[in-house]
Amino acid sequence: MPTNILMPALSPTMEKGNLAKWLKKEGDTIKSGDIIAEIETDKATMEVEAVDEGVLAKIVVPEGTADVAVNEVIGVIAGEGEDAKSISAPAAGGAAPAKAEAPKAEAPAAAAAPAPAAAAPTATPASAGGSRAFASPLARRIAKDAGLDLNAIKGSGPHGRIVEKDVEAAKKGGGAKAASAAAAAPSAPKPAAAPLASGPSDEQVKKLFEPGSYEEVPHDGMRKTIARRLTEAKQTVPHFYVTVDCELDALLKLRGELNAAAPEKDGKPAYKLSVNDMVIKALALALRAVPDANVSWTDNTMLKHKHADVGVAVSIPGGLITPIIRDACHKSLSQISNEMKDMAARAKARKLKPEEYQGGTTAVSNLGMFGVKDFAAIVNPPHATILAVGAGEQRVIVKGGQPAVATVMSVTLSTDHRAVDGALGAELLAAFKGYIEKPMAMLV
Amino acid sequence: MADYDIIVIGSGPGGYIAAIRAAQLGFRTAIVEREHLAGICSNWGCIPTKALLRSAEILHYGQHAKDYGLTLEGSFKADLDAIVKRSRGIATRMNNGVQFLMKKNKVDVIWGEAKLTKPGTITVAPTKKPAMQPQTPPPKNAKGEGTYTADHIIVATGARPRALPGIEPDGKLIWTYFESMVPAKMPKSLLVMGSGAIGIEFASFYRTMGVEVTVVEVLPQVVPVEDAEIGAFARKAFEKQGMKIITSAKVTKVEKGADSVTAHIEDEKGGKQTITADRMISAVGVVGNIENLGLEALGVKTDRGCIVIDDLCRTNVKGVYAIGDVAGPPMLAHKAEHEAVICVEAIKGLHPHPMDKLMIPGCTYCHPQIASVGLTEAKAKAAGHEIKVGRFNFVANGKAVALGGDSGLAKTIFDAKTGKLLGAHLVGPEVTELIQGFVVAMNLETTEEELMHTIFPHPTLSEVMKESVLDAYGKVLNA
Repeated sequence: MPTNILMPALSPTMEKGNLAKWLKKEGDTIKSGDIIAEIETDKATMEVEAVDEGVLAKIVVPEGTADVAVNEVIGVIAGEGEDAKSISAPAAGGAAPAKAEAPKAEAPAAAAAPAPAAAAPTATPASAGGSRAFASPLARRIAKDAGLDLNAIKGSGPHGRIVEKDVEAAKKGGGAKAASAAAAAPSAPKPAAAPLASGPSDEQVKKLFEPGSYEEVPHDGMRKTIARRLTEAKQTVPHFYVTVDCELDALLKLRGELNAAAPEKDGKPAYKLSVNDMVIKALALALRAVPDANVSWTDNTMLKHKHADVGVAVSIPGGLITPIIRDACHKSLSQISNEMKDMAARAKARKLKPEEYQGGTTAVSNLGMFGVKDFAAIVNPPHATILAVGAGEQRVIVKGGQPAVATVMSVTLSTDHRAVDGALGAELLAAFKGYIEKPMAMLV
Repeated sequence: MADYDIIVIGSGPGGYIAAIRAAQLGFRTAIVEREHLAGICSNWGCIPTKALLRSAEILHYGQHAKDYGLTLEGSFKADLDAIVKRSRGIATRMNNGVQFLMKKNKVDVIWGEAKLTKPGTITVAPTKKPAMQPQTPPPKNAKGEGTYTADHIIVATGARPRALPGIEPDGKLIWTYFESMVPAKMPKSLLVMGSGAIGIEFASFYRTMGVEVTVVEVLPQVVPVEDAEIGAFARKAFEKQGMKIITSAKVTKVEKGADSVTAHIEDEKGGKQTITADRMISAVGVVGNIENLGLEALGVKTDRGCIVIDDLCRTNVKGVYAIGDVAGPPMLAHKAEHEAVICVEAIKGLHPHPMDKLMIPGCTYCHPQIASVGLTEAKAKAAGHEIKVGRFNFVANGKAVALGGDSGLAKTIFDAKTGKLLGAHLVGPEVTELIQGFVVAMNLETTEEELMHTIFPHPTLSEVMKESVLDAYGKVLNA
């Protein structure tokens, strides 16, 4: 009995991904646990492990294919004793989960290897991560007619069942469009959110330029996700900004001492702390000191987090990603530093796992290395705050009525005003400044 | 600390269910009753009338024994005293059942008339209202008059017959449902004013018992809350049984004779006639019992004779709740029971789902029976729905024919765009037992598709339900 290899879901909200690479060829023997392919989503590349043993009989979806739906058959493994050559691509029925119409007989090739876009595996709008939305038949039908994704709608019926009025509310709210759930968004769009404004159409923009005077580059998944999430954040999160200058000399001195004291490991120092590592720790400690700011906004409740999980924006080719240092206030500076180095490297290789960049309670965005003095960042829900860090530079300041030179770093905290009011944001920032200017407190 | 967590005033289907649910959830609970445990429903309403109608139904079968190949020898006739006695016996059993349930759930019964003196406090005084006889006595261990306190007070005092000015029931010639249920002798002729559920059930009972019955209805159709087509179908059936029905007409004046009444009736076009009958039943609706409860002094909001509540049965005064008939229409026992559970669970903080009044079914036990849920065709159109309507007649249902050629109609109304079941309307044999299938379907928000996928057992009357759905989509099989 041949076994189908299905397109895996890398995160609960993933609907499709790109089949980047096959690591096995047709005819190769496969053992359980072998890495057989690489799948790419908007933010990460994941390896597909074989669950079954046998021979890779057929590659159904060739490598380099974009937008392969989750649960689509991508290949077939022949079991022991089965003639791999005789196995063709899964026809309609068989072991494939309820294929829609068999491909029309346009060309013989189509029958042997159905185009990846043909036939979503199931007819019902159930999948997104394989979980079945619990909805009434009427709700299902109305959602289908309106093109709404049930997985993005919150149910108000018994046991959270999605009922007619929930779908009607989502329809009115304009949220939960099926397409918007495609990315690995940690938070589903709210059904009752006010309709978001949309920018000018593609055609309107293109009309403003001479044809041929530009090159058109289609958006990749990451670009689309950045565009969607930040547009949503800026339109739905009321931002509030607080800026403060921090004197950095004590921190730089401590950093030098700590780095100089780093023990050797394999001929290299065991750690090399950056200013940013210390900023991460200081922000985490500040959130512990001001727990009311360590929150996430939801429409009905405030989530008061018990840990300070700090996301760190990492610029990578084609965009950015925000891996998260979990529970950063309980980690040592060297732990944070090494973890950050590992995640930044894997982020650049697009090898982060979704759980490494989803969630978090706050974030740090540092443009100091580019000489930026100060800037304001966009809050990335479910975070309630984000800290924009500028360059540490020598400035003339006034000390005791006298001009003096100090290394100063300007930081701007953006807050979601629904969750963190101005005074609370200022309190958080004051605590942060305290740790930066008296950095020994970070070591105890 | 208050004497109780919850005191319920009134022990009808709303009140006693509230008390049981409260006790189940661990509340210290008491219930106040002034007249009869289990309320009108069990003592003078739903249940004893079903007993009378059952006797009438069997009488009808006996009279038509030949149709079933049976010969009855000797005498077969109604014994009115025995019929009434049976009905009262059943009422007593219901009453005792509630008495048992209160004891089992450790709910204190307080006997008397309650009045809210301030939030959280009631006084109970001896009952002033003369009880309708025969009456089941109060439980032996009931508490009596005094002042009682509770954190939450649920008003479930029910309703009573509405009286039209100048045509007030006197209990002798002009009856309410109380007297109609315990006739000392059969009248030869009867005038029923009002063709809602109560009026038409008594009209049906007395007609089957051989009484000449005239029904006067102010609206253009009998059973006015029902779908017009169902009303018209029922009217034909009633008239075939010999009932006289006058619609779009009202009783303007009643003259009482020694042992008869003469009613002056005027129709909408100004046409006048008089009808003389031995007795008259006034069945022009019921009104909430909101008086003498201290509601005004507390500032509890009322509207058109009922207490105003929100969707969790809370009044505008903290700690005061209302459920059932006294909290507004539809005045049905099952609505009261459901509100009772919602009310108590909300007090407990359990987040019950608020009532959707469109999901409350209605049943009328006349012959033929009528049952419905949701919107009528007219109301569906008025609400702006584009609709699909399915109909199926019982003459094409094998089980109905085998039962004795009963006629009936099943009508379903769907939203044409979404397939939402908007309403279901049945008239015919045992339809009061069928309607629940549609009620469940509506609650689960099924569309026509799920109903068509559902297998209905054969041979049953329920097959008419499926055929009606099929008919709405042009797929009917047995017609």
